Amino acid sequence: MSNIKFINLVNAALKKAMQLDKSVLCYGLGMNDPTRIFGASEGLVEEFGEERVFDMPTSENAMTGVGIGLAINGFRPVFSHARLDFILLAMDQIINNAAKWNTMFAGAMSVPITIRLLVGRGWGQGPTHCQSLQANFAHIPGLKVVMPSFPEDVYGLLLSSIFDNNPVIFIEHRWLHNIVCDTNPYDFVPLGKARTVVNGSDITVVSMSYMTIEALHAIKFLQERGVNCDLIDLRTVKPIDWETIYKSINRTGKLLVLDTGFEFCSIASEIISKVSMDCFNNLNIAPRRLAMPDVSVPTSYILANSLYTYSENIASEICKMLKVDIDTQPLKNKRDNFPRDTPGDWFEGPF
Amino acid sequence: MENTGKVKYKNLFYKMLRIRMVEEEIAQRYSQKKMRCPTHLSIGQEAVAVAVGENLFATDFAVSSHRAHAHYLAKGGNLSALIAEIYGKATGCAGGYGGSMHLSDLTVGFVASTAIVANTVPLGVGLSFSQVLKKQNAITCIFIGDAAIEEGVFYESLNFAVLKKLPVLFICENNLYSVNTPLHLRQPIERPIFKLAHGIGAKAEQFDGNDIVSMFDTVSKVIKDLRNQGGPWFLEFHTYRYKVHCGPEDDLNYNARPKEEIDYWLARDPVSLLQSKLLELSFLSLKEIDSYKQKIQEEINKAFDFAENSLFPSINDKYKFQYIDNNLEWLHSVLNPQKEVYTIE
Ligand SMILES: Cc1ncc(C[n+]2csc(CCOP(=O)(O)OP(=O)(O)O)c2C)c(N)n1
Ligand SMILES: [Mg+2]
Repeated sequence: MSNIKFINLVNAALKKAMQLDKSVLCYGLGMNDPTRIFGASEGLVEEFGEERVFDMPTSENAMTGVGIGLAINGFRPVFSHARLDFILLAMDQIINNAAKWNTMFAGAMSVPITIRLLVGRGWGQGPTHCQSLQANFAHIPGLKVVMPSFPEDVYGLLLSSIFDNNPVIFIEHRWLHNIVCDTNPYDFVPLGKARTVVNGSDITVVSMSYMTIEALHAIKFLQERGVNCDLIDLRTVKPIDWETIYKSINRTGKLLVLDTGFEFCSIASEIISKVSMDCFNNLNIAPRRLAMPDVSVPTSYILANSLYTYSENIASEICKMLKVDIDTQPLKNKRDNFPRDTPGDWFEGPF
Repeated sequence: MENTGKVKYKNLFYKMLRIRMVEEEIAQRYSQKKMRCPTHLSIGQEAVAVAVGENLFATDFAVSSHRAHAHYLAKGGNLSALIAEIYGKATGCAGGYGGSMHLSDLTVGFVASTAIVANTVPLGVGLSFSQVLKKQNAITCIFIGDAAIEEGVFYESLNFAVLKKLPVLFICENNLYSVNTPLHLRQPIERPIFKLAHGIGAKAEQFDGNDIVSMFDTVSKVIKDLRNQGGPWFLEFHTYRYKVHCGPEDDLNYNARPKEEIDYWLARDPVSLLQSKLLELSFLSLKEIDSYKQKIQEEINKAFDFAENSLFPSINDKYKFQYIDNNLEWLHSVLNPQKEVYTIE
């Protein structure tokens, strides 16, 4: 089991969904090409045929509408994009149709479409191939937004998304694709439930997607130095599992939120605002967030790298909040073992 | 027109007259301020809806845009539910959640109309694709205006429909306006709309959209061809709206549109055109027309009474359709983590 990666489990979930239900369809640009969208659609067309697994014109907007039409008449389409940025051409179909359909026609029709979006990072992705816009989708009533972090969760989360009767935006960070799984990854995972990754009573760290991986490095490092954090991985960004967050904060009294998206009007902002309103009396210091600054990400890795949050930044932030003095240089050194515009040896672009 | 056409054209006349009278009743009562939503009337454009609708079965799908009353009715949509929807009542065809611009009657295949120009176009193409995948042997009609072809999604959608040879019919009602902006400020007038569609690879034709007699049989043939896997088809109908873009008022007198243009089109009113033809051929008498009107008016009065007497949705239901409930216990029970094996090539 130890060599199964996140992306293999995406693939396995798609396969499983198509086996479980004939109404599941998979499509997207490059669906059946030799690279199979980084391996996500490996073996699908061979097993399920070209009627259920198909490539498409480079028409994100229309093909979203086509998916909605298919969904209305009984299918469960899974629409995959190599980058999230491409779906911006389809915001009309997603926001004005998919998200509204259930309300607009008083529950007469459902739109069980799943839209898989990959967030890029590193190797000079540039301003329009790296955006993590979960907040934009989460802002819209009627959508669900799912952001797996661990291979242990991605299989279950994707299946729950596909079989959810609402439109689901399923956001995968490209840097997660190669992460290897070390426990059984085939469990059911419901939407709307966060995972408590690490238990600790000093501070609550809420995180999502790739930021959870960075957080884990930071938190393990601090743990060895006597600081114990509660790490909550959201898994579903909408609806958010407030209960798990509140319970933790009511114990720790401190909150740091990590976000892969831009900080302004982010999921992190929403969490901090809700927590400030609902748990104010239990907070003993001001909540903080670490997210992408409010600026477009340039291409040159020298510029881009400095905008991202790394484990040492998280560790430093926690230390600052807790007023403890721990040298985070070892974390920094460890990260510098491989280039900061890649997640590890496996990725050297281009996408 | 042969004698065999008598029954057929009387039926078409009845249906056009019915839509006209419904729309006029809405216009007349709109000032009572009980119909409190933007309402786009189809007066002047009834022939197109009826010519198409008459060739459809309930198993065929249709989608439309903001100006959809005629399409909904011609497809067989429930009249009382339409009026109740405009009144915002719980008995409306969308439970009061939709209004005039969001109509649906799934029992007759009128899937949806929406308020964003061209945004049911890809959705309609998806519906027709679903019909093919399900081997449903039915077609989908997409009603659009002349402005919809100015939206990018139209081209993306038509391209996909042509690529997959889908049984989808695009019905473009070219009434020369997008709100108050005339066609010649939006598109080169020497380039007909239907030719654009033809250029993308659809079979395409244009018609006088006000003279149903001149085009009905060809429309029937087109729809037969669609049923024989001959699609997609794009039909452009030249027609004209009489009322303001949105609302019950006439704007024929306030210089929004050139007088010669208005005179030309008023002289070619689709209901009057058919009526005078039928009278001329003695297919129809003035007395019969009166009895039609009486019958239709009774139906309309009933529909308005129904709407007036219906309850509003409960205010407690404002969150009711936020999400569709979902029970995935079945998924939980079929997933067996211990038994799964994943092999990597
Ligand atoms: C995307 C979008 N842009 C603008 C509008 C505002 N709008 C509503 S109806 C309309 C005119 C559409 O004209 P056409 O498609 O020719 O239909 P008609 O009103 O003439 O029947 C416009 C521009 C809209 N609803 N959606
Ligand atoms: Mg128009």
